[in-house]
Amino acid sequence: MSMRETKISVRNLHKRLGPRQVLRGIDLEITEGQSLVVIGASGSGKSVMLKCMIGLMKADKGSVIVDGRNIARHSESDRRFMTKQSGMLFQGSALFDSLRIWENVAFRLLHAEKSSRKAAQKKALECLAQVGLAPEVGNLMPSELSGGMQKRVSLARAIASDPQILFFDEPTTGLDPIMADVINNLIVERVKALGATAISITHDMASARKIADEIAMLYQGRIIWRGKPDEIENSNNPMVEQFVNGRAEGPITMAVTRA
Amino acid sequence: MNLFAATGRLTLDALRETGRISGFASQGAMAWFTGPFYWRAFYAALIRIGFTSLPVVGLTAIFTGAALALNIYDGSLRFNAETFLPQILSVSIVRELGPVLAALMVAGRASSAMAAEIGTMRVTEQIDAMSTLAVNPFKYLIAPRILATTLTLPILVLIADIIGIYGGYLVSVYALDFGGPVYIQNISEFLETRDIVTGLVKAGVFGFLISVMGCYYGYTSSGGAQGVGAATRTAVVAAAVVVLAANYLLTSLFVQV
Repeated sequence: MSMRETKISVRNLHKRLGPRQVLRGIDLEITEGQSLVVIGASGSGKSVMLKCMIGLMKADKGSVIVDGRNIARHSESDRRFMTKQSGMLFQGSALFDSLRIWENVAFRLLHAEKSSRKAAQKKALECLAQVGLAPEVGNLMPSELSGGMQKRVSLARAIASDPQILFFDEPTTGLDPIMADVINNLIVERVKALGATAISITHDMASARKIADEIAMLYQGRIIWRGKPDEIENSNNPMVEQFVNGRAEGPITMAVTRA
Repeated sequence: MNLFAATGRLTLDALRETGRISGFASQGAMAWFTGPFYWRAFYAALIRIGFTSLPVVGLTAIFTGAALALNIYDGSLRFNAETFLPQILSVSIVRELGPVLAALMVAGRASSAMAAEIGTMRVTEQIDAMSTLAVNPFKYLIAPRILATTLTLPILVLIADIIGIYGGYLVSVYALDFGGPVYIQNISEFLETRDIVTGLVKAGVFGFLISVMGCYYGYTSSGGAQGVGAATRTAVVAAAVVVLAANYLLTSLFVQV
């Protein structure tokens, strides 16, 4: 593992949204094939960091270097370079509600890679099977599925083009503990099967422990701690301890309003 | 002092918004020429915007044509010019009422629907998801809708023209004792190609503007259900106002005084 190359390297990333300085210099190295989970309180900047990494948002300052290429300049070709090799599971699943399930899963194949509908459907049903969904589900509409099923479909859609990098935005939010564990298992299984590098953000510690090779904690727009999942109990960092144990009292005080 | 600052800020905001909408519109139009073009999305938009607007546009046209016939008759009686009813009615409908009323109906139907649909996709991260799946939302969502509306509105207006004149015909012949053949003959001898074509050109421009407003406010919406509601409202109002303003500008270009 240690011999592997760095896949993504984030350096001194800054981002301001309106009056709020969300990211204040993030530094992260992610090795190829590693699963990194970034934990942090709501509003700590996790989502913004993820969006800057995948190219949905342009950072104000700093760089995101993927395979030696800085994509933080956010040019058309940077974004294409990134989307070509990555997939993302969105917090609310973000399925296209006007399309059938299989068309959702095959969306990239149908519209970006110009596969035939037949081949795309075949691949979509394969991906659905990989996340434990029967082929009949393929013909349903997203609104006919429960939240947990939608998450599975969204995962199937993210892996449909065999990405090398996978992003997970709060993969277990809004799910019951059992379904959350199912999704966690699927994530671990699929990431392993693809040999992909995975970056997840979550505030669910159970999920973080399960899917992470390493955990990093984001606080006030900076990474304040990083280590293995079994080291997190003895981090000797008061902020990490407070977060892991879920206490209202401690060095982290929650802002009631934004900014 | 504050009054000046407020006026300046308002003016700058308005200019900035106009600039953003223009940029959005040109980006949407440019997307037609740089592939890929999503034919399925385009056909779906044609049906949704054009075909399903037919009933409401037809109803608007027939009632307006009928009421217009009565008004023109009553007004022109005062100087004994009622025999010119067919000519006045047809030129009013073809040059002005057909394009404007059809555009306003489509603005109400289509730009609100676009703003709501695209806005919901924005706040539920479907547009972001589309980007991560290597599909440009501008090409998949915006370009087909703008093109479909720009192409279908002239067709809708042509149909509205015919139905509107027919509405006038019904009233003229059955209530005002005009001869049917004379009514038709007067119109066909009087109307020039120019009258109809300028109306259709207007319609094309209106279609473009309506869809740009619907798409722009949807695409830039934020903040959940309330944001989408606000985007929808703004889109309809903006579309209607822009159509009416553009109508005056285009008319003043076409009518050389």
